Amino acid sequence: MTERPIFTALAEAIRAEEPVALATVVEGPHAGAKLLLRPGVAGEGGTQGHDALGTLGNADLDRVVTRDALGELAAGRSGVRHYGEKGEAREEAVNVFIESFAPPPQMLIFGAVDFTGALTRVARILGYRVTVCDAREVFATKQRFPMAHDVVVSWPNTLLDAVGPSLGPRDAVCILTHDNKFDVPAVISSLATDVGYIGVMGSRKTHDNRTARLIEAGVDEAGLARLQSPIGLDIGARTPEETAVSIVAEIIALHTGRDAPQLKDGAGPIHGVRA
Amino acid sequence: MKELLNDLDRWAAKGHRIAIARVVDTDGSGPREPGAAMAVNDEGEVAGSVSGGCVEGAVVVEALEVIETGDRRMVSFGYSDDEAFAVGLTCGGTIHLFLEPLDW
Repeated sequence: MTERPIFTALAEAIRAEEPVALATVVEGPHAGAKLLLRPGVAGEGGTQGHDALGTLGNADLDRVVTRDALGELAAGRSGVRHYGEKGEAREEAVNVFIESFAPPPQMLIFGAVDFTGALTRVARILGYRVTVCDAREVFATKQRFPMAHDVVVSWPNTLLDAVGPSLGPRDAVCILTHDNKFDVPAVISSLATDVGYIGVMGSRKTHDNRTARLIEAGVDEAGLARLQSPIGLDIGARTPEETAVSIVAEIIALHTGRDAPQLKDGAGPIHGVRA
Repeated sequence: MKELLNDLDRWAAKGHRIAIARVVDTDGSGPREPGAAMAVNDEGEVAGSVSGGCVEGAVVVEALEVIETGDRRMVSFGYSDDEAFAVGLTCGGTIHLFLEPLDW
């Protein structure tokens, strides 16, 4: 399909789940002109480089839009931006739609328990790439978690040492083991990453006990404040499926900044009673 | 766009001409974010969607024109309370679409 080089490259990147941004002139001279940008290639002097394909019709405009598109892609945003014909700011001669195709966010779930299967299913619906991790070989199997992209037999800190640097604000870590032996290293290793969400499961008693262990292990106030513990919104969830919904709903509310009631801010019973 | 790729490949393999409509901007309450996309082929087959089902019929008509003429265009759909049968969004928002042939 060499007659459609930009679309072919775009489709390849989307299928490979590699970040790519497509800039299209939607109003102005050269409507329909395109510039495809793929970051990640190492540039000169160790700078972040990129591959570019196509042109918006002017080299200066291309340069400005490249800078903006890479920024929008990093933030996972899509929208129209306005420029002069040579990329001037505060002009509206050319309207460019910058569409970001960010790779799917990641969710790491520690603990191969009942809740894990339900959370894996709900996370998949929301587009997460899901990894389930447990140190116990009998529980951490692909057969038990067919919806997970990866099932890893490992200690939490070992996995986080490997994948931690790739975690960012859109990603999530859910620690469901409620066993201090696993929880404490998982929390400490998660706090060493830039992951946007760290949720930790457990009853209020488990939470208090775990908090004491984390303080003993050297976790400071700021670290404790990053934890959503007990995990989830206070919606009276009982079943694994309901709990999974309360967890992903908490992630959504934290991203949008909405004031939804979190279990971590309450003191009452975690599970609700049906009317 | 991702959910369209398999249909686009299938249509292209059969030699269909294709138009793509993408949401590029929204005002007020809109059902879909910028980037929501819909594709139409020269037989009127549809993949994807750009709203909650409110304007897809009108987009097919526009897309078939785009396939015929090869022109690119911006099209906006908003809430219309003065024409009972006008195509519009019941949610009260406006969506701005960019339509173009898949020739790039």
